[in-house]
Amino acid sequence: MSDAQTIQRAGPPAPEAVEEAWSRVQLARHPQRPRTLDLIGVIFEGFFELHGDRTFGDDAAIVGGPATLDGVPVMVIGHQKGTDTESNILRNFGSPHPEGFRKAQRLMRLADKLGMPIVTFLDTAGAFPGPAAEERGQAEAIASSIKLMTGLQVPIVVVVLGEGGSGGALALGVGDVVLALENAVYSVISPEGCASILWRSRDEARTAAAAMRMTAADQVDLGVVDAIVAEPGEGAHTDHTATGKALRAAIISAMRRLSGRETAELLATRYARLRGLGAYLETGAASPARPEVPSLRRRIGRILHLPGVPRRPRWSEIWPSNDTDDDNERGA
Amino acid sequence: MPIKFPFSRRAAPSDAWTKCPSCDAQVFNKQLERNQRLCPSCGHHFRMSVGERLDLLLDRESFEERDAGLEAVDRLGFHDDRPYDDRLEASRVKTGLRDAVVWGTGTIEGQRVAIGIFDFRFMGGSMGSVVGEKLARCFETALAERIPAIVVSASGGARMQEGTLALMQLAKTTAPLVRLDDAGVPFIAVLTDPTTGGVLASFASLGDVILAEPKALIGFAGARVASDTVGEEMPEGFQTAEFLLTHGFVDAVVPRPELRSSLARLLRLLPVAAVDDGAQTTPPERPWGPIGALSGLAERFGGAVSETIGIDVDQPPADGNGRTPAAEREEAR
Ligand SMILES: [Zn+2]
Repeated sequence: MSDAQTIQRAGPPAPEAVEEAWSRVQLARHPQRPRTLDLIGVIFEGFFELHGDRTFGDDAAIVGGPATLDGVPVMVIGHQKGTDTESNILRNFGSPHPEGFRKAQRLMRLADKLGMPIVTFLDTAGAFPGPAAEERGQAEAIASSIKLMTGLQVPIVVVVLGEGGSGGALALGVGDVVLALENAVYSVISPEGCASILWRSRDEARTAAAAMRMTAADQVDLGVVDAIVAEPGEGAHTDHTATGKALRAAIISAMRRLSGRETAELLATRYARLRGLGAYLETGAASPARPEVPSLRRRIGRILHLPGVPRRPRWSEIWPSNDTDDDNERGA
Repeated sequence: MPIKFPFSRRAAPSDAWTKCPSCDAQVFNKQLERNQRLCPSCGHHFRMSVGERLDLLLDRESFEERDAGLEAVDRLGFHDDRPYDDRLEASRVKTGLRDAVVWGTGTIEGQRVAIGIFDFRFMGGSMGSVVGEKLARCFETALAERIPAIVVSASGGARMQEGTLALMQLAKTTAPLVRLDDAGVPFIAVLTDPTTGGVLASFASLGDVILAEPKALIGFAGARVASDTVGEEMPEGFQTAEFLLTHGFVDAVVPRPELRSSLARLLRLLPVAAVDDGAQTTPPERPWGPIGALSGLAERFGGAVSETIGIDVDQPPADGNGRTPAAEREEAR
């Protein structure tokens, strides 16, 4: 949007907002919450898991392969967390290395080649930040996934299942329709990470969770998520099958909306969706002290060093260095 | 809103001396300014303001700023120890900028480019909606005018105060690059100290050519985050420009005195692709596209079936010269 629709007065998050946000974070991270593979079994038929990025290895933190959705072949890709200590070690707690994203890219290219729609599931605390991941180009892997998804000529439906953690989530999260389970969360950085940078204490994670407005409902308000899928009972962890059935209906409905679109329209709409995300004001003002275009007299005067002809300031005089780097001003 | 702007350097007195973090030498600030902000003893590359970067890279008086008036909005009502609006205002006063990126058009040794430049002093160069929008417009202008795009990054990553709207700028700045690919317009990324997080995980890693300044910190996760999460110390030289060069993620580490001439050489060597008179900037729709699968899907799901299903699979598309690949193979014999 180009202007703010519901600018709120800035203040510390209210205690109720903190409670609300943190309870959602806890549900999104619930150890019994259905994982991607649990839901694939309910939503799709005949899932055939494919492995490996064809370059380095296979990353169990991301799973994917073809399946049918109500009889139609689709490509399914998602983050995969474990359900106990052993499987969480195998799955690296759902935090992918670059080869996971590159496996996803390979499967997306296959879907694109065969004209198969894509369904992705987001459930990760974030891409793994270790030295091996850096060595193999974690940032490049995420960036390439995002770029690939913006240009795929097939419909993409994205489902935020649990934790939508930063770039590692977005690497599978560019789509035509973005759905979220009711208790899913989506954020630019983990609440713990945000708290340790801005509040200088991980103990303020609850406050940070509220401040970042990371609940599914907040994401709908911000335009990041298109629709919420209700969870059964006290949450998705109480009934995996019912959760899967609700998701199945929502995904089919989204695919139905997308399936009539021509490729050009599909891509144009996806581009417009991404282009429209963000909030800023278009003031039309010029930069402060923008240098004016010099007159001919000034130009000649400056070349000949005529007295009384002011030199046009250089950009470095307008925006000079003044080293006051604030360590607190960090990004994610 | 009016920007309080310290126009003359005297109005914003800084300490006369700066200690070099590499060699501990005390460097006279005036000397740094005259010397492209390089340490005279060891060559350490100090960070540059956007103004200094413009003077370094672009032909004198060629730069025309665009979209200078874009301003951030506190959409989340974000408040940590102070409101986001206060942080923005403090950065505006400190830097004379409205946000962390300035973009516009200009020339480098006479070659016209669309260029976006980060200033780390504005909230750590963090990418929020204004930065994302400016860079997207920079790329879209490069596409429309068919001139190369350059982005000089210096950023800690996505701006936390804008929540997932900041995260979505990764996609917003990346999507136009697909169109530049299709149109044959090059994009050069210049990574300076520091380039980390969401900026590296989007357009900055996607340059057709990626240059980096010596010893610049470049990495996905901050070293502190990495060692907190992994519980081990990071290896020596980890996340430097040279580390990325060794591992194949940047093309060249270019010392600052050679940066302008290196860009000029690359611009000459990597020209914008020629277009036919038809000025076709997007490739023809792929004839074997998703329509086939989609028509089945649409029938099944009850959606509308598009009219453009008539595909002759036996007849591959003609290329730009009106010849089919088969005809070309024929000619080659
Ligand atoms: Zn030095």
